[in-house]
Amino acid sequence: MIINGVQIDETFAEAFNMRGTRVIITAQNLKWAYHAANAMTGFATSVIGCGVEAGIEREMTEDETPDGRPGVSILMFAMGSKVLMQQLETRMGQCILTCPTAAAFSGIDSDEKINLGKNLRFFGDGFQTSKLISAKRYWRVPVMDGEFLCEETTGMVRAIGGGNFLILATSQPAALAAAEAAITAMKKIPNVIMPFPGGVVRSGSKVGSKYKTMFASTNDAFCPTLKGATNTELSPEIESVMEIVIDGMGFEDIAESMRVGIQAICDLGEASGVKRISAGNYGGKLGPHHFKLHEIMSGVAK
Amino acid sequence: MTQLTFTLKQALTHSLDCSPLTPDLLKGLSISQIGAIKLSNQLVSELFEINGDDTENIVFKNSGQYFDNVGKNMTLGSITLECDAGAYLGFGLKNASIHCKGNAQAFAACNMVSGLLKIDGNTGDFLGGASPGLRKGMRGGTVIVKGNAGDRVGDQMRRGLILIEGNVGDYCASRMIAGTIGVLGNVGEYACFNMKRGTLLLAKLPKLHATIQDCGTHTLPFLNLMFKSFKPFNTQFSNIETKRVQRFVGDAACSGNGEILLISHSS
Repeated sequence: MIINGVQIDETFAEAFNMRGTRVIITAQNLKWAYHAANAMTGFATSVIGCGVEAGIEREMTEDETPDGRPGVSILMFAMGSKVLMQQLETRMGQCILTCPTAAAFSGIDSDEKINLGKNLRFFGDGFQTSKLISAKRYWRVPVMDGEFLCEETTGMVRAIGGGNFLILATSQPAALAAAEAAITAMKKIPNVIMPFPGGVVRSGSKVGSKYKTMFASTNDAFCPTLKGATNTELSPEIESVMEIVIDGMGFEDIAESMRVGIQAICDLGEASGVKRISAGNYGGKLGPHHFKLHEIMSGVAK
Repeated sequence: MTQLTFTLKQALTHSLDCSPLTPDLLKGLSISQIGAIKLSNQLVSELFEINGDDTENIVFKNSGQYFDNVGKNMTLGSITLECDAGAYLGFGLKNASIHCKGNAQAFAACNMVSGLLKIDGNTGDFLGGASPGLRKGMRGGTVIVKGNAGDRVGDQMRRGLILIEGNVGDYCASRMIAGTIGVLGNVGEYACFNMKRGTLLLAKLPKLHATIQDCGTHTLPFLNLMFKSFKPFNTQFSNIETKRVQRFVGDAACSGNGEILLISHSS
């Protein structure tokens, strides 16, 4: 398949089951909501080393947030519910409780609940108060700037992590410019995040390593400086590869974000330096969710 | 189906226990079966003119202050009282609604668990309180009073919301354990006496006893949430726009952590 001069490989991205949640962070203004959200989603690029993958989903207006202040919604994903709960509580305590004027609310309804402010309330040392408002329990914890307001729990749902595609270009600036264009388009899609820095990964990995202690190592088949030294996937003109990884609440969400991202790159045309779009997989043996690039770009992915 | 209407034939001179006339207990009964129910040794058919067949939608007409226990332990449907109600209106109410278009006597919403009780007129003492012998009052739900309420509003209240547009008597929120009471009118003496937790939202500052401590004036973001939750009830509380309140905490006499939030009229 070729779109506007860019080749779309006949391959698929292989993704995994995860557990996900959404948290709404509000503050006196967007600046402080972002301070809180950026801290909370910091060091959350990959479950391999961070425990969770997290990112800012979108900005929210005063009309959309529970307390009528500006805010952002955060998505957080982990391989299991226990890790997600641990990471959420730790990050809430260190990043939201501490951030001036910030408050946190559940961003998703689900039968399965995980703690948001349930244990943070003990920071109040007995001065904390709870309010049951419209069947939801909130905690008001007295802090030095006033009160920290936090919903007791948020929902936890089944989600998918590891949707991805690779951008193969003739130069590093060309690959990065294409990735930026894709991220700009993908950020408009709800229910997904791209957890890596700026949404882009340069160090795609393969499973295993020559070193016994490493269970993942550099994806040498897509490293342009190894074209002559390994079983490469790259043609001679490819000088840089960037990857975009997507976590989302559902298959359709990820498929749609991949579609708009790839389309944004293709819209740049062959002249941008982008030659191919590919995807990372493990032969289809590890992850149950396969995002086939041709089906996605044809609009028939299921 | 039309609403099941009980129209009192003759004014009462004694109290009438109306607890058998709830949607729960009348479900599936015919008019003749309902008429055969005894209230205080009198047949329902002798006391009331009965019309309609929708047992989940009950209306009392010509009701009065002697109609005790209306909606007692009711868990479904609705009851509308076109006139006044007696004591213990909505006792133990759970997941159902009662609308009294007149006044109600003491102990309204006593031991209420959930649902909605709306009183257009005034009500007596112990609104949302515990019945004698019990140690927890209202445990949930919402009570709206358009008029005034008597003494001991929310006595030992455990959870829920009471909004009163008029005045209240003495000992408002006494021994309150949790929940929220809002009063737009005047409040009598000894508000929050022995209050453990909970919130008393006031528009006018009453005379407070020494063990209620002033914590200053603050802007509290949670008020946005709370005021937003008041909107569906169509009360004057929906007109409150400020998030700025003067906060009093007490009752220190019992190491209480309850609060009075006095709505600040300065922005």
